[in-house]
Amino acid sequence: MSLKQRADRQAMPCQDAQVRRHNFDEVALGYTEEQAVTEATRCIQCKNPRCKAGCPVEVLIPEFIQAVAERNFAEAARLLKERNALPAICGRVCPQETQCEEKCILGIKGEPVAIGRLERFVADWEMAQPEVKSEAPAAAPKTGYKMAVIGAGPAGLTCAADLAKLGHDVTLFEALHVAGGVLMYGIPEFRLPKAIVAKEIGLLQELGVDIQVNMVAGKTILVRELLQKGYDAVFLGTGAGLPRFMGIPGENLCGVFSANEFLTRTNLMCGYQFPRLNTPVSVGRRVAILGAGNVAMDAARTALRLGAEEVTIVYRRSAKEMPARAEEIEHAHEEGVKFQLLTNPVEIVGDENGWVQSMTCLRYELGEPDASGRRSPVPIPGSEFTIDVDTVIVAIGTDPNPLVTKTTPGLDLNRRGNIVADDDGCTSVPGVFAGGDIVTGAATVILAMGAGKKAAQAMDAYVRNKAAATAQ
Amino acid sequence: MNEILKKESLSPAVKLMVLNCPFIAEKAQAGQFFILRANELAERIPLTIADYDREQGTITAIFQEMGASTKILGQMEVGDSILDVVGPLGVPSEIEKFDAPVIVVGGGVGIAPIYPVARALKEAGNEVIAVIGARNRELIFWEDKLRAVTDELVICTDDGSYGQKGFVTNAVVDLHTKHGKIACLWAIGPMPMMRAMTNVTRPLGIKTIVSMNPLMMDGTGMCGACRVQVGNETKFACVDGPEFDGHLVDFDLALKRLSIYKNEEKRAIAHMEHQGGGCGCH
Repeated sequence: MSLKQRADRQAMPCQDAQVRRHNFDEVALGYTEEQAVTEATRCIQCKNPRCKAGCPVEVLIPEFIQAVAERNFAEAARLLKERNALPAICGRVCPQETQCEEKCILGIKGEPVAIGRLERFVADWEMAQPEVKSEAPAAAPKTGYKMAVIGAGPAGLTCAADLAKLGHDVTLFEALHVAGGVLMYGIPEFRLPKAIVAKEIGLLQELGVDIQVNMVAGKTILVRELLQKGYDAVFLGTGAGLPRFMGIPGENLCGVFSANEFLTRTNLMCGYQFPRLNTPVSVGRRVAILGAGNVAMDAARTALRLGAEEVTIVYRRSAKEMPARAEEIEHAHEEGVKFQLLTNPVEIVGDENGWVQSMTCLRYELGEPDASGRRSPVPIPGSEFTIDVDTVIVAIGTDPNPLVTKTTPGLDLNRRGNIVADDDGCTSVPGVFAGGDIVTGAATVILAMGAGKKAAQAMDAYVRNKAAATAQ
Repeated sequence: MNEILKKESLSPAVKLMVLNCPFIAEKAQAGQFFILRANELAERIPLTIADYDREQGTITAIFQEMGASTKILGQMEVGDSILDVVGPLGVPSEIEKFDAPVIVVGGGVGIAPIYPVARALKEAGNEVIAVIGARNRELIFWEDKLRAVTDELVICTDDGSYGQKGFVTNAVVDLHTKHGKIACLWAIGPMPMMRAMTNVTRPLGIKTIVSMNPLMMDGTGMCGACRVQVGNETKFACVDGPEFDGHLVDFDLALKRLSIYKNEEKRAIAHMEHQGGGCGCH
């Protein structure tokens, strides 16, 4: 079949914007079997597939897509899971446009193969067929090594899964009451249903990973104690969960929330089901979100769903510099989120009861590119104006949580408080490995998973080399 | 784990529970707290570790039934298990040997959390004076327990039904006059009581530590719900505190922030009562 005759990239069926802005159901509905097969046949099965190199966990992309094209979905699922423990999650939240799909050869002249959507289709198909359980990969013989993984976010989950597959005894320690990290508390239900996350994590437990929740590293357990108590190696995947604030007057007024608090109340604690569930979450009529990353889009769209009448993204740069995925920005637009660009607040003003009433903002223009290559925002003198708001959600980024790093002597950190680790996750403390946002600063789910995967291999090599050295 | 081993009513409003939590008991220190979630529907709430027993692997929780979550907890009985308990959280009290007497002040349900602080101060060799206060005699508890770890115990009731009549602040002024010098004072209780105490100790020049009790969710520093203004800085009570220099805390702001979910708290209680007083899960 020539390229010309190929079908167009299959669009993702979605809930109507005017309907979905009032519910927490998943926005993207997923491909039908026919759509998936049609999309899969677009793949030209390159001899030297560049898409694979674009995937941080090196999923067998052409192979699984070939199986979809042949309608052998069970085989597709098996191939997918060989490299990726969390395909239903990755298919939904990976920024494929800057990873696998960016490298797809079809993208040069037309649209790349919808690899993410196909990955999601296959994972969802498998979850929907409890009786066609794809064969679990043959478990490696038990090694007798004990591995501790701290933090059950994407990095820790991947590291734990890979260590278990290698035959190690793995204990995964998580500070919150459920595993999943940002997948559970951060990314909203309407983008990533929590039942899917829970199911995918359940599969890890079937691999033999022992998950212990309510264990705060640095408080309930200490890294050096784990090493003393018989763990052969430790992986730190504690993420970047410390919210940044602006440092402007009025930031502690009632009605100002970090995006972390707002999203955790809504997602992890299911605040949108209040009062059936006990954790309250509330928004006013007019909500301002500070920041324009994916977290800001998530917070904005969540605020709409909680009943806010007007939700505005306030960002000091222009549309071009917004760090959120294009798809998320588009979804936010469709649902009615407003954008107040080249604008930054200098003060949040409260009423006599201590509640947010308005924000004083300055208009900005773009100057020279800064170190990150983005044009730096410069305030325009005398441009003060007021926005009336009753809720402000701060989504300007997060920093690494110091609970673990402060209580682990000898662990080298950089100026920002991130753990210094090499490409394999080795830190300055022998036997201690790290990966994900705690090393890189806030990044993506899939990069954290890639780091977890590499660290698992390095930990395996570490315990084996150590044993070999001792034996000599 | 998390089984309720003992349950007692200390006063009409205040309940005590001893919980089987070996991980927390192993590391708990004075001044720390823990977070619990009673069941699948409940929210996460912070409670101070009122006591701990490392050998038995237990911690003691003391709470007042105020909102939906504490009411759900109050309905649980010996043998039941609490779904999630996590801790110890927060920075331990800074205990040292002072060169003058120290005072620990507990108001209402705050009588409980001063106990481990008083005990630690006493073990460090200090002369420890405890001042406890409540509206009336019925609300006073742990008198004997506190007496065992202090050199002097002053009891105050607003109505004079027990001990001396009046507020804990008056008692502290008297103690300062009597001893000449007080090295340090811990005040734990409702925010208005802690604020009043700092207003009394400021002119007397007594260093005053307060244990802030703002709204919390995760208790590990990831959300900032518990932020407090201390001097010119914003602090997260769950990881930087909960103890702070009371003379630097902005209590007006802290009190306003406590009321963020006032309306929702009423709705939650109404919903719970509508469900027949239970947890709503049946």
